[in-house]
Amino acid sequence: MNSTVNVAGVERWASAIGGAALAAYGVKQLKDRSPAGAALAAAGGALIYRGATGHCHVYGAAGINTAADRDDTRAALSGSRGVNVEEVVTINADADALFAFWRRFDLLPSFMTHLISVTEIDERHSHWVAKAPAGRTVQWHAEIINEVPGELIGWRTLDGADVVSAGSVRFMPAIGGRGTEVRVRLQYNPPAGKVGAALAWLLGHDPAATIREDLRRFKQLMEAGETPTTAGQPRGRQSILNYD
Amino acid sequence: MKALVWHATNDVRIERVPDPTILNPRDAIVKVTTTAICGSDLHLLDGYIPTMQAGDILGHEFMGEVVEVGKENTNLRVGDRVVVPFTIACGRCFFCQRQMWSLCDNSNPNAWMAEKVYGYTTSGLFGYSHLTGGYAGGQAQYARVPFADVGPLKVPDSLADEQVLFLSDIFPTGYMAAENCEIQPGDTIAIWGGGPVGQMAIRSAFLLGAERVVAIDDVAERLRLAEEGGAETLNFDDGDIFERLRAMTGGRGPDACIDAVGLEAHGATLDAYVDRAKAAAFLATDRPNALRQAIHACRKGGIVSIPGVYGGFLDKIPFGAAFQKGLTFKMGQTHMMKYMRPLLTRIERGEIDPSFVITHRLPLDAAPEAYKMFRDHKDACIKVVLKPHGETIH
Repeated sequence: MNSTVNVAGVERWASAIGGAALAAYGVKQLKDRSPAGAALAAAGGALIYRGATGHCHVYGAAGINTAADRDDTRAALSGSRGVNVEEVVTINADADALFAFWRRFDLLPSFMTHLISVTEIDERHSHWVAKAPAGRTVQWHAEIINEVPGELIGWRTLDGADVVSAGSVRFMPAIGGRGTEVRVRLQYNPPAGKVGAALAWLLGHDPAATIREDLRRFKQLMEAGETPTTAGQPRGRQSILNYD
Repeated sequence: MKALVWHATNDVRIERVPDPTILNPRDAIVKVTTTAICGSDLHLLDGYIPTMQAGDILGHEFMGEVVEVGKENTNLRVGDRVVVPFTIACGRCFFCQRQMWSLCDNSNPNAWMAEKVYGYTTSGLFGYSHLTGGYAGGQAQYARVPFADVGPLKVPDSLADEQVLFLSDIFPTGYMAAENCEIQPGDTIAIWGGGPVGQMAIRSAFLLGAERVVAIDDVAERLRLAEEGGAETLNFDDGDIFERLRAMTGGRGPDACIDAVGLEAHGATLDAYVDRAKAAAFLATDRPNALRQAIHACRKGGIVSIPGVYGGFLDKIPFGAAFQKGLTFKMGQTHMMKYMRPLLTRIERGEIDPSFVITHRLPLDAAPEAYKMFRDHKDACIKVVLKPHGETIH
């Protein structure tokens, strides 16, 4: 077996995230006596292996090595490998103000609803707790690997995390002085390439939609000071559906 | 409290529901002293607006007294008497700051849903389906008003509820429809639909300097009210609208046409019957025959202004006529906060008293029957106002 590292850092994290989720989902399906469960759990295991070891048999066979420049976040997060998730929103506020709020990681759960808490350890390191399926939580340590005040924050998780991820948020003045474009990028690289989207669907979790809603809430908080809601308003009897 | 609750097409009921509470820092709670049924509520009754859910509280024309204020709301105090606009707007986004209040970015909790249908979300609305936020409406004894530091307009005690209530929707809506006609001295404005918005558009067109207004409907009391407002009238049951408008305007056509009918147009023309059949078979969502006539009748280089509500896909729109004649289209939900204060001033000066459209004053309990009376044009009904707490206040 060839054990050289041929999968770049970002991809490794993405593999392990997808793998862990897929394995967990597969195990749950097994408990529910679903025949698909075993296959899902096995596929998830392969992804975790790929993430943990940085070696992909498929890539090895194809002669692909994406591990070059893996310490450069800009390089690692650019290009078209796998599924690139990118969302953008324009906010009627200065880049500096938006950057300052986002950089207060402890405030991120106010608009990223899948997060429970973020605790800053020092200037570059933080501890994250997020919701996971079946009422569980996942935790990880993250490190800022690129920071340009008022413009850019790039991050990645550190070894030993339950979940591994990497991404960046950019704050760019919109043309004509019309606020600030806030652009979030994540890279998502399961071994079977575009199967990533199907994987996300299977898990009931569309990363682009999740990021879009996070960014929408960020915009609402920054512009309106609150996020609109109807949760808790009166309704008539016999209401069986509820979006709240 | 008591509220009017939508259950299904042709099924609205008065029920006891929990009182509303403050949910966000900029909210206020209003004790509703007077509310009304809007023509657009009839589209909900008739099942033309998707994403309604059993249990939704209707009503988007209401006013009352502030009884509770959220901690970030520095504009209102308990006891203030306010008219609440039907559109909900944050006041701080790109669109609000350019006076496009009904296109607010931040007031629709179901923005994702609107984006799927329309590409981008528009503002939240009271009591008007989950596509525009699913906000509980004001045909109730109390209502929660989001972003209440931006929308509600304080009104002086010298004016009665009925004189200012229609600042909540139909007066600004009719006024914006007329303003969109960019009226020049000597202009003739043709208005399809003599319902409450059409009536407000007639009076607004004269306020804005129109020379002549022609109102088109087939309901006798609506035509009579239009004449009282100074309009000439055409009953669409009595012959071809285009030919008669052409004759009335010396062969040139009206300078601007207002479609104050919207998606449930009914008429006596062949296309109207085809539309009705298609809509019944779900082949089309909206019945736009008033809009077709307006486009066809409008003079070259004229403006078609559309306050009537449309929600989906329109069939057989004469776009060639619109293009070849170089028409301009203006439309959309009303940018309420742009108009409420200036129109209050016009009411205070006595230039107009919008209560002229009211034909029925009823308790909230009578709302389910009132909806059907309004829709079926029974009892000469043009506009119903409802009193959720009885007649004692104002």
